[in-house]
This record gives sequence, structure tokens and C-alpha cells, in this order.
Amino acid sequence: MSRVLEIEDLRISFPAARDTRVYPVDGVSFGLERGETLALVGESGCGKSLTSLALLQLVPSPGRIEPGSRITLGNDDVLALKGEALRRIRGRRIGMIFQDPMTSLNPVFTVGDQIVEGILAHFKMPRGKARERALHLLQEVGIPDPGERLQAYPHQLSGGMRQRVMIAIALAAEPEILVADEPTTALDVTVQAQILEVLDRLRTSRGMAVLLITHDLGIVAGRADRVAVMYAGQIIEETSTARLFANPSHPYTQGLFASVPRITGPLKRLTPIGGSVPAPSAWPSGCRFRPRCPKAFDKSELEPPLLPVEPDHRMRCWLAENG
Amino acid sequence: MVTFAIAITILFFLMRAAPGDPLARVSEGRALAPAELATLRARYGLNQPVVAQFVSFVRGLTRGDLGVSIEYGRPVTALLAERLPATILLGGSVLVLNFTVGLWLGVRQAVHRGRREDRWLTTVSLVGYAMPSFWLGLVLAWLVGIKLRLLPAAGMHDPLLGADAGIAAHMVDVLRHLILPVLTLSVVSIAATMRYQRSAMLEVLSLPYVTTARAKGLPEREVTWRHAWRNALFPVITLFGLWLPILVTGSVFVEAVFAWPGLGSLAASAVWGRDYPVLMGASLLVAALVVAGGVLTDIAYAVLDPRVRLA
Amino acid sequence: MTSALASVKAAWRNPRGRIGAILLLVVSVAAIVGPWMLPDPLAQPDILGGSLPPGPGHPFGTDQLSRDVLSRVVSGARISLSVALLAVGLSATIGAAVGMVSGYWGGLVDAGLMRIVDGALAIPRLFILLLVLAVWEQVPLPALIFLIGATGWFATSRLVRAEVLRLREEGYVRAAEAMGARRRHVLFRHLLPNTMGPLLVAATLGVGDVILLEAGLSFLGLGVQPPTPSWGSMVLDSREVLVSAPWAGIFPGLAIVLTVLSANLFGDALRDAVDPRSI
Repeated sequence: MSRVLEIEDLRISFPAARDTRVYPVDGVSFGLERGETLALVGESGCGKSLTSLALLQLVPSPGRIEPGSRITLGNDDVLALKGEALRRIRGRRIGMIFQDPMTSLNPVFTVGDQIVEGILAHFKMPRGKARERALHLLQEVGIPDPGERLQAYPHQLSGGMRQRVMIAIALAAEPEILVADEPTTALDVTVQAQILEVLDRLRTSRGMAVLLITHDLGIVAGRADRVAVMYAGQIIEETSTARLFANPSHPYTQGLFASVPRITGPLKRLTPIGGSVPAPSAWPSGCRFRPRCPKAFDKSELEPPLLPVEPDHRMRCWLAENG
Repeated sequence: MVTFAIAITILFFLMRAAPGDPLARVSEGRALAPAELATLRARYGLNQPVVAQFVSFVRGLTRGDLGVSIEYGRPVTALLAERLPATILLGGSVLVLNFTVGLWLGVRQAVHRGRREDRWLTTVSLVGYAMPSFWLGLVLAWLVGIKLRLLPAAGMHDPLLGADAGIAAHMVDVLRHLILPVLTLSVVSIAATMRYQRSAMLEVLSLPYVTTARAKGLPEREVTWRHAWRNALFPVITLFGLWLPILVTGSVFVEAVFAWPGLGSLAASAVWGRDYPVLMGASLLVAALVVAGGVLTDIAYAVLDPRVRLA
Repeated sequence: MTSALASVKAAWRNPRGRIGAILLLVVSVAAIVGPWMLPDPLAQPDILGGSLPPGPGHPFGTDQLSRDVLSRVVSGARISLSVALLAVGLSATIGAAVGMVSGYWGGLVDAGLMRIVDGALAIPRLFILLLVLAVWEQVPLPALIFLIGATGWFATSRLVRAEVLRLREEGYVRAAEAMGARRRHVLFRHLLPNTMGPLLVAATLGVGDVILLEAGLSFLGLGVQPPTPSWGSMVLDSREVLVSAPWAGIFPGLAIVLTVLSANLFGDALRDAVDPRSI
């Protein structure tokens, strides 16, 4: 398996009060293999969306990617790209699906126009041919009556349809990597399953790697090969999905699992994680989960690195040393 | 339509309510013999009760009759028709400038937000917006017309240009006379257009679909103009509807300063001459234009915004 | 009321807003104190002193009647500012009253009032004033102020009405109504204080508009009547000596620009403070 994407020590900063800066993404590293799905999991505010935006240098100003961060796409250093070179990887090598399809689609252009645009931005072909391709894409994402839908405007479609259109747009230039930022959050539960199905199917048929960003553990099971859990700007646990569900090791991850109701098994009380997510301006010192952690001990005052728990399973917690 | 009807009513009763005698100027200070007074009153319909006057006024309107000018002794409609083209030329040029230069500068400001260009343009637009058009006109007339002698500072035609000089020569002549008045009106109006377009554009630029467009790999220029600006246009279209009254108001002063033979200077001289039928007619015409402008704006929205069209 | 005060403070902290506020203060102080300190603008010291360019003794020069331009500009400030403040005050009051009644009572009252407002808004303010002033010769100053104020409330009433419609649905209003509070009480105690913010913004920006309007009217000979000095009529007078003494018209105009600019700067800062969404 080859690595298509490698992120090393990504840090993103934003200006804060009195000329200081805060770091909502603070040293994130992970890799993506060809054909695999990696889920980036965390609550809102942990920095996962910003991480994904950084891949295409779409971090909104006044935020900026700190020097020392490295994003490698195949053989290319993404962060060193500018202008035309950058434009060429956007959509063509990495496609992105955004969270809310209503506001992520331009209301004054037809769906067809927006897909065709994505195609023509990277491939030279007559417009008619591009429209044919757009039609095929709509079929691929499972939109009924694709011929009609090409002429439709975003506001005329349902939420599920719009999200499928977004997927079609993201795939228009045949990228090798698909980044899906909370693709189902704005949708009904029934539609969620369908969308995930579509993503899965497309991944296998096109051999893409998928970075799935979500706060919903339920989506992760059965859909992702690997999981990276984020908290307070850092990755705090990383392993395969199977192992994460069998053996959640970081206290935060354990807390996440404990707070989610399960259909099987005896009825248990849900235990929420006490306290609330800290803001980037107030990252706790040492282990960032310490204030909320039931297992905190004296070593927690030191910031832990990622430590191995079992083969191919690491977590950012001193408890790993205890075995 | 209802709006227009209400506007007419307001104008009419406003005039009748104003203290002062509309016939004062006609008599020009000399005492009128009762017979003369009666004739004049009858001529202008002032001897009837107010409501009857209103009725005959409206009836006259439907026939296209706006009364007779006190100062010129000619039908008001004829006067208005005569002067309208010059104002359209002036106003039209200003509108064109506004919706090209003004919009473009506003977009530039938004795209380069916070940088030096944006701040300079903001300062310029703030100052421009604060200028009285009549003063600016005089300053420009003095500076360019008199001190530097670059352009004519009055009128629409060069009286010395013979009638046998070709069409082209006449057109160039009018154009040269057009520059200063257009410039004067444009400074103030473009200042406002820039501000509106800038803020509309800034709002749109922060919307998610702009990020989507970038993520697709579209060149920045397309993202700015095709995606963002198309949506930032809408508030500016509303501005277009508001522009008509502002331009008309400005043209009163600018035309007066530059002796540009349009509706504005007609209104200004009607003021000096206390020629109220002309004033009434001009006000009605303007109100009609404003209402028409509003309708045009609605149509424009329907054409440009599929959400409105297909709702 | 406190939210309005907070907005003013925030506007002061805004750099542009502060410049605007300071300039306004400078102009106001000059207007109040100036005429005492400077030579009487109406005096004509010497016939030969006419149309002097700016220089020692006459920083702004003299006009064709040997009057010191600086003194006249400063006296004009008094008139222009008073007219602006009073007229805007009147517009704001009428606008707020109509807006609140329309927004709160709704129904036919609302429909009727707003129709009238629409009709009035179709006629540019200048034309309404031209019409009335053309018939009314030699309008006395208080009447002029009244007219300007009475023609400026239409847009404000729409603004206030929109605010009232929005606020009407807020929790504390419903609670008050459920408590059986009288309509008047709800209006004055709950709705009015919360509309002060946008009202203040509209009023401040309106000051600039009125100054320009009054200057324009005076330029046409309709506004402030001589011998009361007004910036607009000064520009009018300067027309005949445009070639020989342009400073007689340039400086009054600059005064207009300065005052309107500062009102707009402060008004913009206020608007940013009241509605953070606007950029």
C-alpha cells in the first residue's frame, strides 16, 4: 500500500486578543494510504475541519498555517504550492465535500453548470462532452432522473440530493483523495445511510482514499478502516477501527463510547464526559484532557506524546506506559 | 401604481397647503386690478374649491396635460419633453460610470480587504460622499474650465460651432461639455456605489459556496467574478432603484451650475421663477421615474435570481 | 437607553469613529465660540478690502463685499449645525412615533401608514421641498427647520417599524403582555429603548444629509435667507466672483465636506457598534 497523503506536525494559528496567537490545530500528524478510509473523529471545536481545509490551503484568513507544518501529496509538498500549481491540485487530486450543502452550492447556477465547471477547470474538452460526464456523475451518485436534475437549481432539490450533487462536484475532476467534512450532519438519519453508501461505493469503484471527518462514532463503525481521534487541536488516539471499538484506550475515547447509547447489551446509564471542551485560547497545560479526566494522575501535568498501546495503536496518554 | 397615486396626492395638497400666493410672481409686485386677478385665477383654476381643483388636475393628468408654465407661457409637458433628453444623457452617463467603475472598485476593495488599496479607496469614497454636488461642480468648473481652460464649463453646445460643421464635430462638442457635469455627479454617486458593493461583496465572499468554488480548483478570478460577484449584485440592484431619485436631485444642482439644459436646470429656474406648474410637473415626472425604477428592479431580480423566478 | 450609550462608547473606540466625533466637536465648538472671537462677518471694514486672497489677517481671504470669509464660515457653522440637529431631531421623533405605532398596532393602521410612506418616498426629498418653498417666499428659519424635519422621517419610520416587528416577538415583550401591561407601557418601557440604537445611527447619518440638503437649498436661494450666513448661500454668492475670488466659495464648501464627513464617520462607527454584521 502506498501513502498518498502525509501530514506532519500541522499547526494552524489564529490571531487572538492583544497580539497573541492561538493554535486550534496544534501538531497534527497522520497519513492516508491509497484506497483506505480514515475517519477523523472529534467534537466540534477540536480542529478537525480546519485540518481538512489546510490540505487545500483553504484555511480562512486571518488564520494561517504555521511554518514547520508539512503536507505531502505523493511527491509534492502541498504547502509550498502557489497560484496555478495549487489550483491544479484543488479538485483534481483532492476533492472536498463540505458540511452544509445548502450554503455550499451557489444558488444562482444550475447543478449541471456547477459540475461542468469542476470538470472544465481541469480537463480540456468540449462543453457538450463535459455535460455528458456530469450526467454520468449524477447517475453514479444515485440521483434519479439525472437529465432533468442537470437543469435544476440547488434550492429546488432536497437536502439528500444536494449532498449527492456535492459529491458529484467533488468527483468531477477524478481526484485520488476525497475529503468529506461532516457529509451527513445536515441530513436526516435515513438519508445519512444512503449518502454513506454512495461514498463507500465510489471509493471502491474509483480506488480513492477517503478522509472522513465526523463527530459521530456510529458513522465510523463499518465505514472507516482507521480512526484518528482529535481533542483540543491534537490527535489523542489512532488505530484501526476494529481495535478502537474493541479496545478504546484513551480516557477521552472511553468517555465518548460511554456517552453513546447502545442497542445491544444491558441498559446502562449514559455517562457524559464532565466539563466542557476548552477553547483554543485556554488549552490546559500538560495533558489537555487532564481537567476532565477521571484517570488523571501526577504525570498528567506533563504533556504526553503519542505512545504505543498495542501494535498499530497509539494514544496520547501516560497511561500507555503502564501497559 | 398605488404608490404613484399617493405620491400625486401628496404633491398636490402639499402645494396648496403652502402659505404664499402662487400668483405673486406673475403680478410682480404691482397691484392687480380685481378683474385681472379674477382672470388669472380662473386661468390657473385657483378660483375653485380645492377638491374640484384636484379633480380637474387629475383629469388633466390622464389627458397628458400638466398645465401651463407661468414663466414661459408654454405647456409644461412640452417643456418637460424638451429638456428630458439632456438629463437622460447626463444621468445615463453617470449610471453607466457607476455600474462599471463603481462596481469594479467596490469588488476590488472587498477582495483586497484591509490592505492599502482598500483603505485609500474607503477614504476617497467617504470624502466624495460628503461633497455637495453644487460646490464640487463649481470647483471643477473653476479649476478645469477657467484656470486650466481644458474643458468648457457651461452649456451643452459651443454657440460658435457652425450648423454646417459635421455630425461628428457636434457630437464631440457635446461630449466635451458633458465631461465636467458627469464627473461632478459621478464622484458623489460612485462613492456610495463603491461602499454598497464592497459590503455586499464582503458578505458573499465569506459564504461557503465561495470556498467550494475554490476547492474545485477554479482560478481566483472566476471565483471572484463568476461566483461571488453574481451574488453580490443583488443588493446593488436595489441600489439602482434608489439611484434615480439621488441622480435627479443631484442633477438639479449640477445642471444649474453648468447651465446644462436639462430637467434639473428647468426645475432650478422654475424655483427661482416661482413657476409652480413646472415644478409640479417635474416632481410628478420624477416620482413616475422612481416608481418605474422600482418595477425595473423587481424585474431585474426575477431575471437574475433563480430563487425568485422559480419560487 | 444603556445600549445606546454603549454603542456611542464603542463608536468612540473605533478609530474612524473617534476622528469623526472629534471633528464634530471641533466644528461645534468653533460654531459656539467662534463668532465671539472673530470679527463680525457682517462688518465691512473697508471697501478696498474686497476679494483679498487668503493671507495675514484673513486666513480664508475676503469676499467681494470685504467680509472676512473665515468669520462667515464660522457663523455659518452655527446655522448649519442648529438646522441639522433640530431637523434631525424632529425627523427622528416623528419617524420613531410612526414606526412604533405602525409596527405595534399592525393591521389597517400599519398598512395605511406604510402606503403613505411609500408614496412619499417615491418623491425625492428635494423636490418636495422645492415645491413648497417655491410658493412660500422668504421662509422664516423655524419654518425651514420644520419643513426639512417633516420631510425626513419616512425612511426612519420604516426602520423603526422593522425593529418593532422584530422585537415584538422577543420573550420579554410577550412576558409583559402576558402580565397584562398596558400597550403604552410596553411601547415606552420595552420597545422604545431597544430601538434607540438603530434610531441613533439613522439620526447621525441624517445630520450629514440635512447639512447637504440645507446647503443645497440655500444655494438655490430657498433656504436660509440673507443676511443670516449659510454655507450654501456663501457658495451661491461666490459664483459671481468665481474667477477673481474663488476662495469665497471654496472654503464654505470645505466646511460642508468636513462636517458631513465627520457626521458620516461617527455614524458609520455607531452602525458597526449597533449591528456588528455590517462591515
